[in-house]
Amino acid sequence: MSAVAGPFGIAGPDDGPALLLRNLSKSYTAGKPVLRGITLAIEGRGITAIIGPSGTGKSTLIRCINRLVTPTSGEIIFRGQSLDSLSGSALRKARRRIGMVHQEYNLVERLTVMENLLCGRLGYVPVWRAWLRRFPDQDIDRAFELLDAVGLADYAHRRADQLSGGQRQRVGIARALMQGPELLLADEPTSSLDPKTSVEIVELMARLAGDRGIPVVINIHNVELARRFASRIIGMAQGEIVFDGPPDALQDQHLARIYGGESWLE
Amino acid sequence: MTAPAIRREWHRFTPAERLARFAVYLFTVAAVVWAARYVEIIPEFLADAPAQTVDLFTRMWPFDWAHYWTGVHGALIETFHIATLGTLLAIALAVPVALMAARNITRSKVLNLFATFLLVASRSVNSLIWALLFVAIFGPGALAGVMAIGFRSIGFVGKLLAEAIEEAQPGPIEALTATGAPFGSVLNKGYWPQVEPSFWSIVLFRWDINIRESAVLGLVGAGGIGVALDAALANLYWDQVGLILAVIFAVVVVTEIVTSGIRSRII
Amino acid sequence: MTAATSSARGRSAAFPANWSRRLGYVLVALYAVYAASTLDITLDRFIRGLDQGAQFLARMWPPSFDPVQLSLLRQGMIESIQIAVLATFVGVLLSLPLGLVAARNLMPASISWPARGLIALCRSFHPVIVSILFVKAVGFGALAGILALIVASMGFVSKLFAEAIEEMNLKQVEAVRATGASFFGVLVMGVLPQVMARFVGFGAYQLDSNLRNSTMVGIVGGGGIGATLFTAYQRFDYDFVLTILLAIIAVIMVSELASAQLRKIFQ
Repeated sequence: MSAVAGPFGIAGPDDGPALLLRNLSKSYTAGKPVLRGITLAIEGRGITAIIGPSGTGKSTLIRCINRLVTPTSGEIIFRGQSLDSLSGSALRKARRRIGMVHQEYNLVERLTVMENLLCGRLGYVPVWRAWLRRFPDQDIDRAFELLDAVGLADYAHRRADQLSGGQRQRVGIARALMQGPELLLADEPTSSLDPKTSVEIVELMARLAGDRGIPVVINIHNVELARRFASRIIGMAQGEIVFDGPPDALQDQHLARIYGGESWLE
Repeated sequence: MTAPAIRREWHRFTPAERLARFAVYLFTVAAVVWAARYVEIIPEFLADAPAQTVDLFTRMWPFDWAHYWTGVHGALIETFHIATLGTLLAIALAVPVALMAARNITRSKVLNLFATFLLVASRSVNSLIWALLFVAIFGPGALAGVMAIGFRSIGFVGKLLAEAIEEAQPGPIEALTATGAPFGSVLNKGYWPQVEPSFWSIVLFRWDINIRESAVLGLVGAGGIGVALDAALANLYWDQVGLILAVIFAVVVVTEIVTSGIRSRII
Repeated sequence: MTAATSSARGRSAAFPANWSRRLGYVLVALYAVYAASTLDITLDRFIRGLDQGAQFLARMWPPSFDPVQLSLLRQGMIESIQIAVLATFVGVLLSLPLGLVAARNLMPASISWPARGLIALCRSFHPVIVSILFVKAVGFGALAGILALIVASMGFVSKLFAEAIEEMNLKQVEAVRATGASFFGVLVMGVLPQVMARFVGFGAYQLDSNLRNSTMVGIVGGGGIGATLFTAYQRFDYDFVLTILLAIIAVIMVSELASAQLRKIFQ
């Protein structure tokens, strides 16, 4: 295990990029690449928003980073460690340092909110503890703190399937932060939510990650949300990066390049 | 963020839920210990088991293939007829009972309960025991087998059918009733179209089970391939027993393929 | 358009006569007649049977409450319950890993296919046939019945359990895997919470089913109330047979109520 991860793995001062992708490609069927040679460095703080049309490989890119998808070629270097060829327990140890917030929340519906949060500690505790639900006290304390932080203090005993969409995504964020991650990935975290809740969720994620000094990589459909919260925007089209810069640099001509056509901009 | 003044405890279940679960675990362990202590196991028999098993298989192989046409084929066909006729009989008997058991059709609690009792009674008594009773009534032979399969299946078909009827959407039925349609038409045009897919799948499922069940009815004299099996067992012709078991296995596999094929086509 | 013509046309368009279906019903009826004739099932035999049936029922009624017979009933019933409890406990316990291993979305094909083959083998023979083989292997008595019902339980519970796992939500599982959980961590927090309630339901159903089947294995020497019943039947003590049947139905009704309660606790 690397030196930067403490018990809750808060990242040290940035020395070099937190995450480096080099020439990353992925094709699900041979000859039809979804990602074409992505090269990208993510700094140790701030929100990086990835925008682009559906089916352009944003999701695949995010899922390559924690290796839910195995890239066809290229390198993934996370805090100096190469992830692209890890497997078994080394891969699991790397994954627990990377939190993920999912598109449809993906909570385990039949578990309570507290149990869903404790899922975030599964990479750290032995299985028998998870089986008997005897998690260490510090994990329980931390879970209650995070429930306070996401505004669900009274919901610990509710089953996840009793919550509204916004509440579920708050649990999803808290579960990811339970891991004590050094990087937070978010795959379309607001696409199933109404506009007001979407803003609240991204705001919450930005605030909690900012407090903890965790860099965030977020896939997002909503360009306005990206502009409002991100410190850097990456535009993708057809599996390639076609824009990379701060939010104010993103002009209509870039959007036209990313999404194709112009009429929708008017 | 302020740390909580008092440590907040977390438990997976409320005390009542924990108590209920604990009671179930305790009861399970007690039941298993009780059962294990009184079941008689004769150590000599157990020690002998591996040798007996090997002996069993060496006596079975090679099969007495010649016996197929002389003693098995006819019985196999008879088994098929028993299962199919028994299923048809079960449908005829189960439909009225299911209608009586469905609370959205029969509004009388007493009749519902009576029908439910009939269904439970039919399911509780095994096909083999039904067969014993019908052999006493009709004498040995396929008739007893058909009756046994039919009576055993009433409970299964009737219960599932009643559930399917109770799940029918009330909308179309209210619409039909509102037009003043007689009860028969409401059943035929309101319920039947909604229940039909599950009806066929229940019947198919039961037919599949009945093929397996009718293979053993012959052990108590109710016809079919079980009679051949019983004779071979009684005479200790293990090579015939092996052949018959192989034939039953083949029939079960074929039935499974046929029913899953039909199911994927009609459902 | 007048009301009369519109209703007539509406009817003929809405419910066209379905000739292929009617042909199907005719074919089924013809088959039933043909099959009945090959099985030598005639109306005459049936009517004679009804006469016999009346006598048979008359000899059954009233059920016997002879103290000696009641104590035999008690012994047999307790042994049946013990057989069912042990067979269910062991069978369901073994089904948990077997079902997990047989689920094609958790395991590579090289592991899941052999497991599915084993399940299919457990399912393909009727418990009565399996207990005949076990009687040969381990001797007469309860152990043979227990082993046979363990095989039946494994076939049923692990098949349905594997199917339940294959139907679960994979995104929830993937989210747990993304936290860095090990395979067993994913199993405990991602897979089991989704399927455990259904597993308990299958297990509870299997207890009912084993109770019913434990009345049957006795007929071929597997112990329990079935043996008592068969003896009473062979000695023409039909009034005692009725007592036994009523006792079986009562026990199974109680067990169905209890298992419904169990499912509620673990839902």
